[in-house]
Amino acid sequence: MTHTIEAEGLTKRFGATQALDGVDLAAAEGTVLGVLGPNGAGKTTAVRILATLLRPDSGRATVAGYDVVRDASKVRRIVGLTGQYASVDEDLTGTQNLVMIGQLLNLNTRDARARSAELLEWFDLSEAAGRVAKTYSGGMRRRLDLAASLVGRPRVIFLDEPTTGLDPAKREDMWDVVRRLVTDGSTVLLTTQYLDEADALADQITVIDRGRVIANNTPEGLKRTIGGQRIRVKPADRYRLDDVRRILAAISPQADQVTGRDEITVPVDGEQALAATVAALTAEGIAVTELSLHLPSLDEVFLTLTGQHIDESPSPDGSTDAGTDTDTHPESEKAEAAA
Amino acid sequence: MSQAPTATVAAPAPPARHRKPAPAAAASTSSQGGYHRHVLALAKRSLIKTWRTPEALIDVTVQPIIFLVMFTYIFGGAIGGTSQDYLQFLLPGLLGQSIAMAGVALGQNLNSDIEKGVFDRFRSLPIGRSVPLVGAVIADIGRYLVLCVVTLGFGMLMGFRIETNPMAATAGIGISLAFALCFCWISVFVGMTVRTSGAVQGVMFLIVLPLSFASNTFVNPDTMPSWLQTFVKVNPISQLVTTVRGLMIGGPVAESLMWTLVWMAILLIVFVPLALRGYRRRA
Repeated sequence: MTHTIEAEGLTKRFGATQALDGVDLAAAEGTVLGVLGPNGAGKTTAVRILATLLRPDSGRATVAGYDVVRDASKVRRIVGLTGQYASVDEDLTGTQNLVMIGQLLNLNTRDARARSAELLEWFDLSEAAGRVAKTYSGGMRRRLDLAASLVGRPRVIFLDEPTTGLDPAKREDMWDVVRRLVTDGSTVLLTTQYLDEADALADQITVIDRGRVIANNTPEGLKRTIGGQRIRVKPADRYRLDDVRRILAAISPQADQVTGRDEITVPVDGEQALAATVAALTAEGIAVTELSLHLPSLDEVFLTLTGQHIDESPSPDGSTDAGTDTDTHPESEKAEAAA
Repeated sequence: MSQAPTATVAAPAPPARHRKPAPAAAASTSSQGGYHRHVLALAKRSLIKTWRTPEALIDVTVQPIIFLVMFTYIFGGAIGGTSQDYLQFLLPGLLGQSIAMAGVALGQNLNSDIEKGVFDRFRSLPIGRSVPLVGAVIADIGRYLVLCVVTLGFGMLMGFRIETNPMAATAGIGISLAFALCFCWISVFVGMTVRTSGAVQGVMFLIVLPLSFASNTFVNPDTMPSWLQTFVKVNPISQLVTTVRGLMIGGPVAESLMWTLVWMAILLIVFVPLALRGYRRRA
């Protein structure tokens, strides 16, 4: 079976850091491939190689059958790239940014204007179209950046952490955009640090860590491996942790509990577990400051797959990956707290 | 915990996979014929940026005026007898010096464009590799033109007289612009090579200051030690200044014009490929 995006044994070294150490990726036409991994796993490097911005040290990759090194100019005609950092021109207005891209893609001025108006409308930026991008909020810049990568109606779209730093509502909007792109026939490769995002969007998830693939599966398969939902309980009174542990053990007898400083997380089967937990906690009069049903955080995924917490060593992707500490996603804050 | 359990619901099943993808309308056409249009699109971008940040014009407006006033009235009398005589000598020279300085901003801008990731977008598009650099250089002509007009205009307010004829003076401006267009590739190269835009300025000053002071821009080099005179003679800025001076206040031009053209060719042959290589390597 031929894939629209295909990479085999990609390696890339920056100085002393092995950013990619033999990565294989594959995405069938019209699907979403989620590449899941922590900061510095090599996600950005892989995307930059596939988008022809970097050459691999070894290994090969094709996009729609074109080799990303030998046929780089052909690849550039069919891909759109949205990087982690919005690469819009801050001194240009939204319209000027998009029209410029249109002209670089050989649209005449009228078509470039029409296409940019259409995209600005779609991304809810029509009102801000005449303002310089400097005045845009972070989410608006992200949307403009994504719009810029879609001017040429690319068949293959690379989204490098498209929701990092966005608030939850904006994340959901971005997810809708990705779904629509796929409905329109595009093939999408999306990198993310969030299992829930990969789960919500991807047909196939490749988990990478320190430049190596550590898992490649469908979302369902991956969840079978790492366990699905988890319940996390944080009692208001930390001296009642033992009671919480007992209650959770009764609800999910076989599962291993993970005890944080003042909270307990346990994998559960099915969603009725939440109701049972609430009932038991109420019956024993245990007040909680936090109670959640959630998919494993990236750290929990890694703990299951590799037996280790995420390695917080410096990022091999260099400066481009380093700044994502600014993300505000609740899941990652929890992951850090737990680590 | 804001994370609702609903977030775990899988995406709606992707639609039929066999549908043909949307045609890549623009992207499928040839990029060969578009080189000039691409350059113009990116030159327009640079011009818009300059227009939006007028302070980016300080180095081609306020700065040459300050130099003109400072050198004419502070050093002029001491160096040239009277300020007015010195102004006649200084202005064509200052044009050459300012033009070398004006290119510094170009390298800085390109460097920060790359830092910000704007160039990643350009690099992922099916356009010629040199287009972003050439576009920025072309747009910079506008700044150099402003520089020439401001320097000459303000100089004339201060009492500078063209002693030849308007045609020759215009030719002097023309050769200055052409030289600027070649000289600025040094700055582009440095901008592609060093890490920060602040460093671009540092490195460029190391290059530009010796070139502009160890020349015939501000003083007649006759009193300099002979080794320095040798440097002054081959210095491209000296050749440009001699040419422009000849074209504006009279004097032999042919030899210095030839050397200026030779230097322009050398600058292009050496620094354009170096700049493009630096750009390719800058990932």
